Amino acid sequence: MNAREEILGRIREAVADRAGAEPVHVPRGYRTLPAPDGVVDLFVDRVEDYRAVVTRCTAAEVPARIREALGTAGRVLAAPGLRYDVDGAVVDDGQTALELDRLDAVVTEASVGIASTGTIVLEHGTGQGRRALSLVPDLHVCVVRADQIVPGVPEAVAALDPQRPQTWISGPSATSDIELDRVEGVHGPRNLHVIVAGD
Amino acid sequence: MTATFVGMPAFPGAARTALADTQLRQNLAHATGTIRTKRARVVGEVEEWEELRLAGAAIKDNTLHHLDEHLLRLEESLTELGATVHWARDAEEACRIVAEVARGHGVDEVVKVKSMATQEIGLNEHLAEEGILAWETDLAELIVQLGDDLPSHILVPAIHRNRAEIREIFRREMGKVGRPAPEDLTDVPAELAGAARLHLREKFLRAKVGVSGANFAVADTGTLVVVESEGNGRMCLTLPEVLVSVVGVEKVVPTWGDLDVFLQLLPRSSTGERMNPYTSTWAGISPGDGPQEVHVVLLDNGRTKALADTVGRQALRCIRCSACLNVCPVYERTGGHAYGSVYPGPIGAILNPLLKGVGHDDQVDSLPYASSLCGACFEVCPVRIDIPEVLVHLRSQVVDTHRGHKPPKPEAVAMRTAAWTLGDARRLGLAERASGLVGRLTRRGRALPGGRRALGRLPWPGSLWSDARDLPQPPTESFRAWWKRTSGGRG
Ligand code: SF4
Repeated sequence: MNAREEILGRIREAVADRAGAEPVHVPRGYRTLPAPDGVVDLFVDRVEDYRAVVTRCTAAEVPARIREALGTAGRVLAAPGLRYDVDGAVVDDGQTALELDRLDAVVTEASVGIASTGTIVLEHGTGQGRRALSLVPDLHVCVVRADQIVPGVPEAVAALDPQRPQTWISGPSATSDIELDRVEGVHGPRNLHVIVAGD
Repeated sequence: MTATFVGMPAFPGAARTALADTQLRQNLAHATGTIRTKRARVVGEVEEWEELRLAGAAIKDNTLHHLDEHLLRLEESLTELGATVHWARDAEEACRIVAEVARGHGVDEVVKVKSMATQEIGLNEHLAEEGILAWETDLAELIVQLGDDLPSHILVPAIHRNRAEIREIFRREMGKVGRPAPEDLTDVPAELAGAARLHLREKFLRAKVGVSGANFAVADTGTLVVVESEGNGRMCLTLPEVLVSVVGVEKVVPTWGDLDVFLQLLPRSSTGERMNPYTSTWAGISPGDGPQEVHVVLLDNGRTKALADTVGRQALRCIRCSACLNVCPVYERTGGHAYGSVYPGPIGAILNPLLKGVGHDDQVDSLPYASSLCGACFEVCPVRIDIPEVLVHLRSQVVDTHRGHKPPKPEAVAMRTAAWTLGDARRLGLAERASGLVGRLTRRGRALPGGRRALGRLPWPGSLWSDARDLPQPPTESFRAWWKRTSGGRG
């Protein structure tokens, strides 16, 4: 018998006692909790808790805020389809990981922001770029629109497309592996700058 | 290469060694205490926590009860999305599959993101035998691997190393396998992390094949999920051309929507954060983004054996958060190595015997006894695994397998002898004088961790008891002798 058939057979034998049994009830009340007030404020607070930089501005101010966030970064890549102008940005022409490693920063948008956890989620479509773009450079500037911010994890899961690759980002890369001291920045971008656009 | 746990002594012996290591005990107390506090704070924030726990347990139970259907659905979804699905009955078979994929691409190295399943099957050692180097990329795993050491905690595997030791390991070992540590490396954690960043980046950027596990696999959509902190996971899942993920069959959840429970339960229980820094999901192949060849190995390796145990099967709900380790009074004092397995702590004490079966190996059979049954593990478990219930159940299995065809368990003999002694005043007097004599004449017992003196080993049949536990040294005079000599304290 091949491995697949054998494992499936073992499983059927193992759970034979459950044949015809009622499924266990799954409580789902957590999905219908009322949203807290001030979801955008909460989001900003929670992102700051991770020691990421957060700025709020109007939609029109975004390009200026991006410029400020980039600071002295010289070589910047703008994700394909980004709706904001980034002066002098290079485009994604299929750079290898090694080539991406020579960039200083990347600018992307996001799909969803989660207030209760201070998380931004990228689905790596238009304005967000393939996964490597927001991974290899050391500074990630990410623009989230206020109307993309949801109260909690259940709303985010419901809004996201499970067949797109996703990256959930909560603060800069971090480790607590050395005597439990939190250190920001191991392999992912060591600096995360979130710009919240609109109110 | 990372060493293995094979040939570890049974829990009592290994625990005794660990207890004598004060550095280890300090690190453990600090680490488990810190994570406990953080966890309590972020769990306290979530009003619906109990409901989430109930939902998590129920989803897992329903899935396990129909595991065959969900796995077939997962296979179908993954195949539609361009992934290749493999099935592995045991560790050997799983290792062989990964090695074949790697060899098929002619590589002599792979990059790995920390995964319990690949540790369980001893993948690194197997690949090494085939001439393929597996680079661990999680900082703690890197420390463990470079130090030729064993992980001691699910979440912070290098919890037993302090910063000075880590600096030494980096300076001594990094240069042997790649980019050396900077000459002037100090023991500041940020600098140590920086050295790891540079050392590993070279490996990420050139890697052709990545190896991972998965925290969840969604049957309906073919989505795999990896939850991590450092970004090494993103590197391994994104940059290589080929990705192989070894996934225990119990990791499957039915629908994408079910993740809204687990992505709340896991980070808060695990690192005590509202959300871990990075969670990556992928469903088969995404054209133009990430690995263009994706393999998923569905691993049994004893899981169906655990599933057949109607009391024990709840252990398969485990999402490997490690909260039970951090609250366990036994784990806090002995650390992970004493459990002799990649799964330490309370979950290890039930999972290892369930996966491997009892009655074959004294090491495994000793694990259900590595607990005081205080119940703290059940309280914190995000999927409500009643670990004490399973421990008691497994203890009776251990006793049963040792009954009849084998000499009775030491405890049984010791207890029977105790009953015989305590049941008769004269025999008790004799026994007390004998042990008092030991107390007076042999003031050379070992010190117990608290500073109390301990008798090393009692003569038979007491040895059956003291081989497994330390007995406080008896007083030089028994209570009954003292009562007689002083006329009940008056003389
Ligand atoms: S048994 Fe429960 S508490 Fe322990 S690691 Fe598994 S899920 Fe976490």
